[in-house]
Amino acid sequence: MSDMRQLYQEVILDHNRKPRNFGSILAANRHAEGHNPLCGDHIKLTMNVSDNKIEAIAFEGEGCAICKASASMMTGAVKGKLVQDAEIMVEEFRGMATGTLDPDGQDNHLGKLKVFVGVKDLPSRVKCAILPWHTLHAALNPALNPNQTGSSISTEGEADPVSDHA
Amino acid sequence: MNFDRFDIEKVRADFPILGLQVSGKPLVYLDNAASSQMPQAVIDRIVQYQTAEHSNIHRAVHYLSELATREYEAARVKVQHFLTAHESREIIFTRGTTEAINLVMHGYGRAFIGKGDEIILSGLEHHANIVPWQMLAQEKGAILRVIPMNDAGELLIDEFEALFNEKTKFLALTHVSNALGTVNPVKKMIAFAHRHGVPVLLDGAQAAPHQPVDVQDLDCDFYAFSGHKLCGPTGIGVLYGKAKLLEKMQPFQGGGDMILSVTFEKTTYNVIPSKFEAGTPPIMAAIALGAAIDYLNSIGLANIEAYEKQLLDYATGEVSALNGVRIIGTAAKKAAVLSFEIKGVHPHDVGTILNDDGIAIRTGHHCAQPVMQRFHVPATARASFAFYNTRREIDKLVEGIRKVQEMFS
Repeated sequence: MSDMRQLYQEVILDHNRKPRNFGSILAANRHAEGHNPLCGDHIKLTMNVSDNKIEAIAFEGEGCAICKASASMMTGAVKGKLVQDAEIMVEEFRGMATGTLDPDGQDNHLGKLKVFVGVKDLPSRVKCAILPWHTLHAALNPALNPNQTGSSISTEGEADPVSDHA
Repeated sequence: MNFDRFDIEKVRADFPILGLQVSGKPLVYLDNAASSQMPQAVIDRIVQYQTAEHSNIHRAVHYLSELATREYEAARVKVQHFLTAHESREIIFTRGTTEAINLVMHGYGRAFIGKGDEIILSGLEHHANIVPWQMLAQEKGAILRVIPMNDAGELLIDEFEALFNEKTKFLALTHVSNALGTVNPVKKMIAFAHRHGVPVLLDGAQAAPHQPVDVQDLDCDFYAFSGHKLCGPTGIGVLYGKAKLLEKMQPFQGGGDMILSVTFEKTTYNVIPSKFEAGTPPIMAAIALGAAIDYLNSIGLANIEAYEKQLLDYATGEVSALNGVRIIGTAAKKAAVLSFEIKGVHPHDVGTILNDDGIAIRTGHHCAQPVMQRFHVPATARASFAFYNTRREIDKLVEGIRKVQEMFS
């Protein structure tokens, strides 16, 4: 049980129960959707980016506690940030979740997001935690998408889907 | 057969993996609908084959080739008796249930189903018994018709019967639902289809390991199942087909073993079952499946069915007594599958937390997304039982569910 308490910390359970920035931004100029077909996680991200800054961000969808809490905390963490700083956090979060970045031993900007460090020991759950970040990365890079306006991505079969888009 | 008379400890001792510790706790393996575990007798048979019997079959005249051929064909006869088929040539070895269904789609469907024809499926099907027919329908301009179900997960038989018309050409139906455990009244449904001259394929992946199957009594035209859900290895499955249908079907794959003669102008196909077994088959896996059937027969499928029924009844009682837990799939006739959801908790979180207590269940859509859509859930948690599970393990599952609820309260 102690391992589980390590993963399902109160802050994660709280964000799962009461997700922040939940909903959608009507006049969004950036958006993306992410799916994890394995567990049915589905995230829709809408943002307003102006002067290279994330002015507003919201998410909606269905998912497990890890995915929802990750999305909720991510929206709080990147709101008001410059796009390039958000992209650094995408990389850092990805590194932490896959075990290539030690959030306590190496410099990073993850702050409260360090509560997700436990997922690195649960390969089947890494995708759940990363999905919102991967969706954020896609929304910030409309050039990755054929229609240049938004993106739909899937994490089927990939523990670390961002690597394909980075 | 009851809990007192079924020597469960002796049965469990046959399965070395059941002694495993997971997360520091004894393994509680409740994911048998996904894949079952293998008894020592089958493991030993694999070692014996690879140690002293292996060669390619149906080819050379040397000792090993003749031995391997004999054992491979003996496994076919074991499957024949297991399904109570009329002849061993009606048994085709495939990679699994999925390949068996695809074989029928290609060999029968592409030859005998055309534009505007209708194929009936049920709303309970696994993707393996949907997607091949959808591909055929797209290719031929045929139409899929779906038998609906009620809130218990039982097919609506009146609506099933109303789907038939002169365009109906095939019925592809699961014997037992993998997602809900519903046992379909297949014998009655087959008889109805036959009155309309419609052949029937049964997906038996979740039925063959849990109850006696008699394909002649059912009168199904095709029956498919997988070895790895039946205490055998992965990579082997079976398609039973009535000889007269198999004979008029097109081959599935071309290659060695499925031919009588080949020139660049013309190939003459082999007789059944070889016509459908192109290339070197999974010889070891087929022989191991034969050993798994021997093992199950030593316990008795009727005994297995009766014991698992008691396990399911016990689990259903215990889990339905919990507040905030909904059992999905409450058919009057069910096999040993318990799909459920815990209010406010995603099934994936349930699976992760149970795993921490060594409990293995399946979480997800179970490759049956239309079933999930029918019940308006993205996924479920599913415990599925085998004859080596115990009431004590179900108690652990219930304790695990309580822990999940506590954590998320």
